[in-house]
Parts: sequence; C-alpha cells; structure tokens
Amino acid sequence: MTGAFLAILKRDLALAARAGGGGELALVFFLTIVVLVPFALGPDLNLLSRIGPAILWLGALLSMLIGLDRLFQGDEEDGSLDLIRASVLPLELAVLAKGLAHWLATGLPLALAAPLLGLLVALPSEAILPVVATLLVGTPALSFIGAGGAALTAGLRRGGLILPVLVAPLTVPVLIFGVSAANAALGGTVPFRTPFLILCAISLVAIVIGTLAAAAALRQSD
Amino acid sequence: MYRGDMASLIDLANPTRFMRLSVVVLPWLTGMAVLLLAVGFYLAWFVAPADYQQGETIRIMFVHVPAAWLALMFYTVMSIAALGTLVWRHPLADVAQKAAAPIGACFALICLLTGAFWGKPMWGTYWVWDARLTSVLVLLLIYLGIIALWRALDEPSRAGRMVAILTLVGFVNVPIIKFSVDWWNTLHQPASVLRMGGPTIHPSMLWPLLILAVGFTCLALVLHLVAMRAEIMRRRVRTLTILEAERLDRLAAQGVPA
Repeated sequence: MTGAFLAILKRDLALAARAGGGGELALVFFLTIVVLVPFALGPDLNLLSRIGPAILWLGALLSMLIGLDRLFQGDEEDGSLDLIRASVLPLELAVLAKGLAHWLATGLPLALAAPLLGLLVALPSEAILPVVATLLVGTPALSFIGAGGAALTAGLRRGGLILPVLVAPLTVPVLIFGVSAANAALGGTVPFRTPFLILCAISLVAIVIGTLAAAAALRQSD
Repeated sequence: MYRGDMASLIDLANPTRFMRLSVVVLPWLTGMAVLLLAVGFYLAWFVAPADYQQGETIRIMFVHVPAAWLALMFYTVMSIAALGTLVWRHPLADVAQKAAAPIGACFALICLLTGAFWGKPMWGTYWVWDARLTSVLVLLLIYLGIIALWRALDEPSRAGRMVAILTLVGFVNVPIIKFSVDWWNTLHQPASVLRMGGPTIHPSMLWPLLILAVGFTCLALVLHLVAMRAEIMRRRVRTLTILEAERLDRLAAQGVPA
C-alpha cells in the first residue's frame, strides 16, 4: 500500500517536472501577477510595502488555482484513473498522494520564491520570514480544497473556468488568516501566533475535507 | 410509528406521488402566501410607524430580514437534500437540490440589494465591507458556483451527486467563513459601522416582520414546489426524447440492410 502511494507521488512529481507539467509555469505566473500589481497601483514603494503580504498571497492563490483543473483530467483521459480506482490503495490515499505531489510541485516552490518576489514590492525584511511561513502552512489547504474542485470537474471538457469559480469562495478563510498573520508580524495589536495557529488548523481541516470530498467525487463519476 | 413515518417518506420519494400531492398542496400554499404577504405588506406600509432615527427607510427591513433568513434556509434545505442524494439515493432529493439553488441565490441577492438601498441613505454608501454583508456575498458566490456546476454537467443523476458533494463541503465551510470574516472585519475597521435597530424591536414593527417572514417562506416553498415539478417533467421529457432517438436509431439500423 505504501508502495502504491509512493508510486503515485513519484509519477506525479515526474510529470510535473517534465515540460508542460505546470510546476514551473505556476512560478512564472506568480512572478507575472506580482509584476502586474505595481502597474495598476503605481510605483509608490511605501504603498507597495504596506500591501506586500497581500499581493504575495493573492498571487500565490491565483497561481495555485490556475493549473488545478488538470489534476485529475489527464488521468481521466488516459485511463490511469480507472487503474487507481481499481487498485488496493484506498482512493482517499491516492488523492492524498496526488494532492501532496501538487503541493510539492507548486505550493512549495511558490512559498520558497516569495522572498525574491518580496523584493519587487519592497517587503520589509522582518516580514519575509512570516510571509514564507504562512505560505508554507497555507498553500497545502489551497492544494487540497482545489483537489476537491478538480475531482468534481474531472470529467468536464471545459473545466478551466468553472474550477476557480467553485473553489475561490472556499479559500476565503485561508486568505484572511494567511494575510493577517503576515501583517501581524509587521506590528499591530494581534500577536503573530494567534492567526498563524488558526491558519494551521484551517490547513489541517482542509486537507481532511478536501481529500474525502475528492475521493467521494471520483467514486461518483463512473 | 417509526415504520409509518418511513413508509410515508418512501411514498413521497415516488415522483408520481409527489406530483399528485403537490398539485393538492400548491393552491393552498399559494393562497396562504398571497394572504400573508398582503396583510404583512399592508401592516408594514400603513400601520407600522416610521423609525424615529431611520425614518421611512426602516420599511426596507421588512423585505431584507426575511430574504436573509430564506437565503440561509435554502442552503440548509439544499444540504439536507444533498445528504438524501448521497446517503439514501432519494430520487426526489437531487430534484429538490437543483430547484432550491436558484431560489436561494435570488433571496441572497435580494438581501444584498435591499441592504444596499438601505445603506445608501443610512450609511451614506451602497456597500461597506461589514462582516455580515461580506458573509452573505460569499454565500451568494457559493450559490453561483453550485448553479454553474449544475449547468456544466449534463447527465442529471451524476450532476446531482457531484453538486451534493460541493454543497456539503460548502455547508461545512460556511461557519468557518463566517468566523474568519468576523475576525477580518474587527481587525480592519473596529465598530465604525452602525448597528441596525435598537436593542429591542417594538411590537408594531415585530408583527409585520413576523407575518412577512412566514409569508415569504410560503412564497419560497411555492416557488420550490413549482420548480421541482418543472424539473421532474423536464427529466421525463429528456428520458422520452432519448428513448425516441434510440427507437429511430434501431429503425434506421434495420432499414439499412433492406
């Protein structure tokens, strides 16, 4: 069973590393969004540094959502989803492996790249570590909430736009606590720990609910 | 007693029985809705006094509050129906789910719009990022996502099961969203927003409000029943069309060799 879990994980990571896999493309998209914001707001560094954590979080959220519709679609098309369904590995664990692979291929690089992009928005140095920490803890929630949405739209020909519409409202709590924890580190009345711990809790709950919902949706779709 | 309840539930699950029963119930329910809404609106318009602070705009509340309550109630109805779809494979449950979504979305929209019309003269702006307003807005977004998923999947029973999963995930999420929006709002703008009404509400306003709330609930149930009937008939037409197409296919296949 561990073998099957690791096999799915390795396969998805290998697919993400190959051309068109989506991992590095999400990073480029993240960079593009962060670059677009100053064009809309103007080059005022004071303003940008004040809303820097918000820009980085919004960029990361959109970059996570953008490739998610392919999470199960490719497997549905080439039939590997049927093999996964028929294997001894419970579908929940298979979804967990795929979600984990998605996070390793997109969420983790996004979080690690955040300090570099923070330079573009003049992020204060004491905010860099908190932003990275919140992204590290918060992006798994996005991967797994998104996995639920991806499983619901796996059989659709035009799943590209409907997935963000389904998933985005459910990511509101992650965004709120991610940004407010990062901002709390910059000062204010709330200590960093409080929103950060709530963000951790939301992330854990999202991993459980997302996995169960995605597995249920994949079971229903045949 | 329990067996009797179960039996009547199973009877209701039969779409034909439901069609027969709903035909009997609908005129009564419609009459009650019209009567209650007429009495309620009369009281709200002519009898209830204008508020000493908010003036005539207080009358918007008589539509606003029932709309908010119904937007939440219909999400609950959808979630119960979603359980019915997933757990008991209740044939009527996904019909009830599908019919409830646009009605709930409409009441959420009415709630937001009436709130905006009230907010302009009272707060001086159509929209503030108040915690309650924001939660209803997110609820509307979830409703729209559910409707979009219904429209994207064309096979009804599969669509029903998929939407049921989304509805239940949303149901778990709504309290979390409410909690986080409350947190976010108190962090950003502490208590600058006026609170509606006083600590108590005078009976001259409470009675019209209660009557209208029951009246709107009856109206919403009428709409729900009519929409369910329409959906059942739509599915019958769909099945008949598929059967007819298959028959024509068979005829054509027989015709070719001859």
